[in-house]
Amino acid sequence: MAQILNPTDEAELRELIASANSANTPLEIIGHATKRGLGHPVAADVSVDMQAFSAITLYEPEELVLSAKAGTPISEISSALGAQNQMLAFEPWDPAFLLGQKPASGTIGGTFMAGLAGPRRPGAGAARDNLLGVNAINGQGEIFKTGGRVVKNVSGFDLPKLIAGSFGTLAIATELTFKVLPRPEKARTLLIFGLNALEGGRAMRIALTSPHEVSATAHLPQSAAALAQVEFVRGAGTSVTAIRVEGPGPSVSVRIKALRELLSTFGDIEELHTENSIRLWSEIRDVQVLTHNPDKQVWRISVAPTDGPRLANWAESNIGADALLDWGGGLLWLALDATPDAHASDVRGAISSLGGHATLVRATADVRARVDVFQPFVGALAGLTARVKYAFDPNGILNPGRMAHQDRAGGLNGNPL
Amino acid sequence: MKMPAPNPDVLSRRSETIEKLRQIVPGEGVIVDEEELRAYECDGLMAYRQLPMVVVLPQTTEQISKVLQYCNANDVKIVPRGAGTGLSGGALPLADGVTIGLGKFNRILEVDFENRCIVAQPGVTNMAITQAVEDQGFYYAPDPSSRIACSIGGNVAENAGGMHCLKYGLTTNNLLGLEMVLMSGEVVRLGGKHLDAGHYDLMGVVTGSEGLLGVITEVTVRILQRPAVQRAVLLGFDSIEQGGDCVADIIAGGIVPGAMEMMDRMAIDAMERFVHSGYPLDVESLLIVELDGPEAEVDYLLERVGKIAKDAGSTFMRISENEAERQMFWQGRMSAFPSVGRISPDYLTMDGTIPRHRLPEVLAEMTKMSETYGLRVANVFHAGDGNLHPLILFDANKQGELEKAETFGAEILKLCVRVGGVLSGEHGIGVEKRDLMVEMFSEADLDQQQRLKCAFDPEGLLNPGKVYPTLKRCAEMGWMHVKADKLPFSDIPRF
Repeated sequence: MAQILNPTDEAELRELIASANSANTPLEIIGHATKRGLGHPVAADVSVDMQAFSAITLYEPEELVLSAKAGTPISEISSALGAQNQMLAFEPWDPAFLLGQKPASGTIGGTFMAGLAGPRRPGAGAARDNLLGVNAINGQGEIFKTGGRVVKNVSGFDLPKLIAGSFGTLAIATELTFKVLPRPEKARTLLIFGLNALEGGRAMRIALTSPHEVSATAHLPQSAAALAQVEFVRGAGTSVTAIRVEGPGPSVSVRIKALRELLSTFGDIEELHTENSIRLWSEIRDVQVLTHNPDKQVWRISVAPTDGPRLANWAESNIGADALLDWGGGLLWLALDATPDAHASDVRGAISSLGGHATLVRATADVRARVDVFQPFVGALAGLTARVKYAFDPNGILNPGRMAHQDRAGGLNGNPL
Repeated sequence: MKMPAPNPDVLSRRSETIEKLRQIVPGEGVIVDEEELRAYECDGLMAYRQLPMVVVLPQTTEQISKVLQYCNANDVKIVPRGAGTGLSGGALPLADGVTIGLGKFNRILEVDFENRCIVAQPGVTNMAITQAVEDQGFYYAPDPSSRIACSIGGNVAENAGGMHCLKYGLTTNNLLGLEMVLMSGEVVRLGGKHLDAGHYDLMGVVTGSEGLLGVITEVTVRILQRPAVQRAVLLGFDSIEQGGDCVADIIAGGIVPGAMEMMDRMAIDAMERFVHSGYPLDVESLLIVELDGPEAEVDYLLERVGKIAKDAGSTFMRISENEAERQMFWQGRMSAFPSVGRISPDYLTMDGTIPRHRLPEVLAEMTKMSETYGLRVANVFHAGDGNLHPLILFDANKQGELEKAETFGAEILKLCVRVGGVLSGEHGIGVEKRDLMVEMFSEADLDQQQRLKCAFDPEGLLNPGKVYPTLKRCAEMGWMHVKADKLPFSDIPRF
């Protein structure tokens, strides 16, 4: 029977972890528990619920900085930022659609711990680029702080980078401080119709290497475009390559015009204005246009932008994938018919010579218990990563197994780390 | 400044070590003569000097791997060194240590415009990265003042910044990949041309680690398309407060300028007398705000910034009308250090970061300290990101004045921490600010950082005596002896 603990303050939480550490009791750390489907299933009977740690503790819009307790709902952060016309720069994607959860649920701690970064990532950085400081408790129940509240900081090791994306396996964050940015005044999106993945990739790269400050680029094959809510896209009857421009009104108009000229050789071009543009990008960000079949297994693959479109082609023709390209081709989402190994050897085999990493984002718990969810390590990285974990949580009580590797060849001395 | 006591055993084995290093790096790659070692006795923090035991200048990753492996097995300390321009003593040699100079790693390996990145060896200068791509309209964004000389590997080690960090980020935000050698001699690759890590973000923690975690042998950074238009505006104010308010109002207005620099009266005077950039001499604070992007955007934002400045009480405003004028505006600011060098025999460069809105009180407090210590101070400030560079003027030939300047500097940094800031924005802790770390961090905070070092360098041989005030052996912090990859309880899942 799973037990849920609800610490109400830092001292209580510290005590709880210290005694779990002494007793070697594994702990699962949860906020709203909406992202349990990400990563491997955690091997713990006791869950620590962080929802009591909920408050915005500092928000200075003119300093572009916000601090909040880890369990603060992401929706509360978004409203506070929205009221000041600001936003999280990394445009975190919401896994709710893929994981069958309520949209816009989850906490700020979960958002950083899962390292969720959306379409704005190539220009505005990932979650890790925006995390400035963390108050946390390590696996031995020791309270520590790291980083600060200012952007420019070279005072000791940059542990916030390591904590972002660590899925609670290194330390439990109690409070996070992060950078925020003004919301752009206007957004518009150019749509180019009927390109294949390679042509779409080329169009995106031309847009991104222009001086017109493109803030997002994605390529939706016909199957993806057909799933969009935005009519211009859904009704296209063909693939759609989307290029977003944001900023002050006069600037957006001029840049859109310049991009239209630059990309005119690619064929028909349409434009989405602010409302439709926002809607389309939220569908791309939250992966709503990849598949509506809840049984499909989903991969998220980060590669060099020139490799993404080729990989998409390969996956469509060789393993029957539905594909979606973001980040100018650097991010590839694949939806595949469910198999016991989730096509892991195919997918990882395809990227092994390219460099990059593939993460299994959606599969049943039993598949995620068997297959490497995260990219297996090469060479000395396995040992180094294990030692980094040990430096924070020597007895392995924090979210044990969540980021574990099942691949015996890549593990430590054949042990499933 | 107390450095770790040299290990007599290692010193007694010096000739043996030299012989071994010569086997690994043949030819003239091993430097042992006192005369030649002299060139390596300090970095940009020239107040501290120490002759290294040996300097080795390897040419391949394999040589570095073998050097580290040998030193690790024989208890020999390593100090990595890029161009030696660092300002905090991160490359200060150790009497019983081998300094590894990366100067021969000076090649650009690949320029990849399609993926908007460049792969370079760590000894390539920051400026050379931009020069390699500027004919196609690209550049590398982080621009520390030393960019003509400083190396990209050193930039990674110190997480170098520059004038344009608010909009374009620091080194860490522009770095895509690394190859590095661990103290064990193992070579690891982190990142690449793709974004983000597939597991823990080890590259993120290596960036800014001041040579304590590994020796960097290859770097991949992103390059950006140069903005279509860049224009700068000079804004003068009767008080520091008004200048500070203007900065806050610009950002609160939703504008993120490419750069936003501020200076106080003494700095303005020193620069203007030296360079003649057209700075007004009758203001208490001067802002340079640079806007970049498409012409329409720059024009629109300049108008808005002008209005905000007027509302904040600006008494002087001048917009650059052409590229030559923009360059001229910057020339003064870029010459901050030599300008101050002209009005004082010596100066110390400080590097704290503060929350922007605390600037007026920090400067007021600094003025008081300046009177107390009887030393002048000029201030230049990366106002956009809160990074403050007070320049403390002193004369090293006067008895006790260097010590006085250092104490003054330490007081300033403590003040930065007190108002919610940090000890270093972009120069690093090194040896210079090492003993101030306790002002910012508790023992538990520092222990956690040092335990991370144990994961990379369990014997504590990589650049010891830097960054952390107390050298702790890993075993003291509960670190169990880790042999090869074998950890205790390795049969249970750990991540």
